[in-house]
Amino acid sequence: MKHKELIVDGVNITDKYAIYAENLTKKFGDFTAVNNISFNVEKGEIFGFLGANGAGKTTAMRILSGLIKPTSGTAYVAGYDVYKEQEKIKNNIGYMSQKFSLYEDLTVVENIKFYGTIYGVKPKENKERTFTLLETLNLQNEANKLVGSLPLGWKQKLAFSVAIFHIPKIVFLDEPTSGVDPITRRQFWDLIYDASNKGITVFVTTHYMDEAEYCNRISLMVDGKIAAMGSPAELKNKYKANDVNEVFYHLAHSAKRIE
Amino acid sequence: MRKILILIQKEFKQVLRDKMIVAIIFAVPILQMLILPWAIDLDVRHVSISIVDLDKSTYSRDLISLFSASESFNLYSYYDSYKDAIQDLQMNKVDVILTIPANFERNLIRDNGNQLSATANAINGVKAMLGTYYLNMIIKDFNQQIVLEWYPQIESSLSNSIDVRSSVWFNQEGDYKNFMVPAILVLLLTVVAGFLTALNIVKEKEIGTIEQINVTPIKKWQFIIGKMVPFWAISNIVFIVGLLIMVYLYGIPILGNVGLLLLYANVYILSILGLGLIISALAHTQQQAMFVNYFFVMILLLMSGLFTSIDSMPSWAQTISYSLPITYFIEASRAIIIKGAKFSEISNLLLILGIFVVIMNGLAILTYRKRS
Repeated sequence: MKHKELIVDGVNITDKYAIYAENLTKKFGDFTAVNNISFNVEKGEIFGFLGANGAGKTTAMRILSGLIKPTSGTAYVAGYDVYKEQEKIKNNIGYMSQKFSLYEDLTVVENIKFYGTIYGVKPKENKERTFTLLETLNLQNEANKLVGSLPLGWKQKLAFSVAIFHIPKIVFLDEPTSGVDPITRRQFWDLIYDASNKGITVFVTTHYMDEAEYCNRISLMVDGKIAAMGSPAELKNKYKANDVNEVFYHLAHSAKRIE
Repeated sequence: MRKILILIQKEFKQVLRDKMIVAIIFAVPILQMLILPWAIDLDVRHVSISIVDLDKSTYSRDLISLFSASESFNLYSYYDSYKDAIQDLQMNKVDVILTIPANFERNLIRDNGNQLSATANAINGVKAMLGTYYLNMIIKDFNQQIVLEWYPQIESSLSNSIDVRSSVWFNQEGDYKNFMVPAILVLLLTVVAGFLTALNIVKEKEIGTIEQINVTPIKKWQFIIGKMVPFWAISNIVFIVGLLIMVYLYGIPILGNVGLLLLYANVYILSILGLGLIISALAHTQQQAMFVNYFFVMILLLMSGLFTSIDSMPSWAQTISYSLPITYFIEASRAIIIKGAKFSEISNLLLILGIFVVIMNGLAILTYRKRS
């Protein structure tokens, strides 16, 4: 059952957008981590979710990926309600957490097979996709090495590829490139573009403002609220800034929650 | 189904790859089975005794020879003065000093009686108590010998007196190992089934992989089964290896039905897996889990009737003992192994263990729900 007002001009907007959030709020006791945020993410879009540490990005992402329930507000992910249809959401998204999330004591192939099977990828399909994945990442020689023995940059690229292995509708990336060298970051973004070209919606948080420029649209969170949203060009124009970095400084300056 | 299988497969791979865990699972239990039963010896044998013989007569030598022949005593030193002997006791080298007074033989013949002095080192209270008890027994024997020697005619009257003879059932040699080995086996099973499971789940929390699992379509029960099955299997292996050591190394036969023993073991494993799950739901780090485990190990060790008799505990402690599943499994395994009990004789224990399975796993489900 979907809200009546969510149908605009005969089009169900929860189906139209990959992510639809309205007045979304999450409180932990007295603390409001996410304060009444509203935004839409178009299908196939690369949506950058920026903000200082503690701004509430991870909490918002955890709500959208079905890990926690919001306190109030509405949100639909891939057309499913975050209150009631968390299981369906989980089937349709990929998620790469801030912490490294592959099993270091399993090999590259074992990790891929494990997550593939969990998402219900059939064995034959699993094998074929694994082959392509290893080729894309140039990991053929490392296929049977333990993931723990790989350099961080490779691990992150592998984790991303595993997160989209089951071809989800949306992939959530929580600071995927932190601690990775610039060249690998560039390669990582190539992978993101590939995924986006295949029609996967990308929802990404990052600390690197140069990466924000790669996004179709960005939103900037300050103290649990969305302070600005739009394409990088629009925002630069609006705040008369040379780059997103300046936009960020301009807005984050007013932040009260500083670590 | 395929999802559960891949979870189980993953778990086995990870466990077998972690050399430390493999050692904990297999080598440690075997080593413990080999070492502990010898060390945890509740029989007091070899009480060290120092004898001060101030008499040096035939009778005093007879008495001393009784002590040196006894298995209970270890004649550590022999002195002419009490001063020398007390030094040994102060240095903790002897447990008991027996002083045979001067003119022991003469007084014994003349006065029909004499006094002996025994001094016990009560730092080890059990040894002191049992030592003086054994000492009294030997002196009593000695006394009877003399009486028979002097007045053969009263033999009949002596043998008419009440003669208490104890006979030990089910464990004829009174070997404490028959008692301890099954109990140690139970303890090992507890550690492997309960605590490794808890540590394993908490480890995933700590490194963050559980977060990744939580965003997948895997349901909580699937994840839990994926964790339980491998550790259930490993627990069975550990238990069977332990039984083999017990039977072939210690020569303690399983008088009852082995299948019945395994049935009880598996019901017990299920209840302990539940405990492990509760711990894993509550603890955030492996360190926390370790300390909670440690707390439970201490309680299970000391309150389950493993080392001490539950009947001799104060009643509040007995209440605790009877609310631990390990108490019932120890009772059942001792009954099956040592007494050869049949199912009908111990079916109530299975029922109680079954109730524990329901309670433990019910609580585990509740704590998991609350935490998510």
